Amino acid sequence: MALLSNAAALLEKEVRTEFRSRELLSTTVVFVLIVVVVFSFTFDPTSSESHRFGPGLLWMAFLFAASLMLQPCFLREQANDTLSALRLAVGDPFAIFLAKIFANTLFLLLTELLMLPVFAALFNVSFAAQLPGILLTLLLGSLGISTVGTALAAISAQARMRELLLPLLLLPLLTPILVVSTEVTVRLMSPDGVIEWKGIGLLLAFDAVFLTVLWLFGEYLLEE
Amino acid sequence: MAATAERRIGLQFDQVEKRYGAVCALRNLTLSIPAGECVAIAGRNGSGKTTLLRLAAQLIRPSRGRVSYCAAAENEKPHIGFVAHATMVYDELTAAENLFFFAKLAGVPHASNRVGQLLREVGLEDRKDSLVRTFSRGMRQRVAIARALLGEPALLLFDEPGTGLDAESSSWLAGHLRTLRDSGCTILLSLHGESEIARLATRGVRLDAGSVVADTRSGAMFQSIFVYAGG
Repeated sequence: MALLSNAAALLEKEVRTEFRSRELLSTTVVFVLIVVVVFSFTFDPTSSESHRFGPGLLWMAFLFAASLMLQPCFLREQANDTLSALRLAVGDPFAIFLAKIFANTLFLLLTELLMLPVFAALFNVSFAAQLPGILLTLLLGSLGISTVGTALAAISAQARMRELLLPLLLLPLLTPILVVSTEVTVRLMSPDGVIEWKGIGLLLAFDAVFLTVLWLFGEYLLEE
Repeated sequence: MAATAERRIGLQFDQVEKRYGAVCALRNLTLSIPAGECVAIAGRNGSGKTTLLRLAAQLIRPSRGRVSYCAAAENEKPHIGFVAHATMVYDELTAAENLFFFAKLAGVPHASNRVGQLLREVGLEDRKDSLVRTFSRGMRQRVAIARALLGEPALLLFDEPGTGLDAESSSWLAGHLRTLRDSGCTILLSLHGESEIARLATRGVRLDAGSVVADTRSGAMFQSIFVYAGG
């Protein structure tokens, strides 16, 4: 219970500070908007082409958003050494990770939800019929990206050349999540619009495995 | 405010060595600090004072040797109050929000009363709703001290606590630490020179190049721990 109440207090702090400054969300939304617009001009999509390569471009844009968004999550704690204060205050360090994962997932989902209508308009696709499936895929994909990304952000925050290290580590580790998320989205956007439960199961399994690894070894990532 | 008998804890450093790459910050340090003692740690810059305090808080692990808490229940993490060089508070939160947040994490009972009381004591009640980033260094230090005292810790670690404080705040802090010391709280103070806060210490330890070079409880000798050879 202490783990959950600590994580809830930390999540509330993350959300409060972000919505007060809006630094992360505004930067990421503008960046992803530019990426999606550039993609739309580059590929000049017709409707049939959009269904084929649209999901890949969409998840690539979300990956760029994540790499931008995840970097500061532990760097912010270094400015006044607040990470040490958190480590002293919480009983279980996993609470720190849990809160940051949920906060990053929330911010990533917000960006994705803002980008979906823009993407639909620019690429001439409609998500309306498959919206529940799309939302489920976005949730599980974003949770996976945030879990891996938060762990790597904790590692890279203490390293030299941290700005380079996170994207470098992030891409190979996120490849399975991105491939499965893209495949599930392709099926959802296909004319028959079916949800691929096997892919959803794989995403669930990825999320569970990464969360468990972080629960077991996260403490060591926070040490100086 | 009192550290009750069952919450009192001491500290034991056994042949502790701490290395940062090729640099040895502490070497073969053995130090026993009984519960309820107030120890002033003196030494030049780079002598290992901050490393000693961070090891005591278990924020870092020793490269060799062992740091343990005496009288704390087995596997129980004691409540530690730590004031470091950095303020350890969030610039984007107000003074009150910072204290409420850390009170929630530490499970402080009657958090709102405790936060109000501490804000009054550190003289920030009028500025409780101002963002910390608008504060002066001294005001930030007062928020940091209030944060460290929130959970009525059994072990207090203060790394140069007088930094940025005016005479009035230093005097308040000395008075508060005296009350805590008298109630049985174990206190480690890293200090650079003689001050009102330093005079609270019942024991003085001087570090030089990561080793203990003086350890005294006597009044006359105590003054000498703040006198460094060559400066």
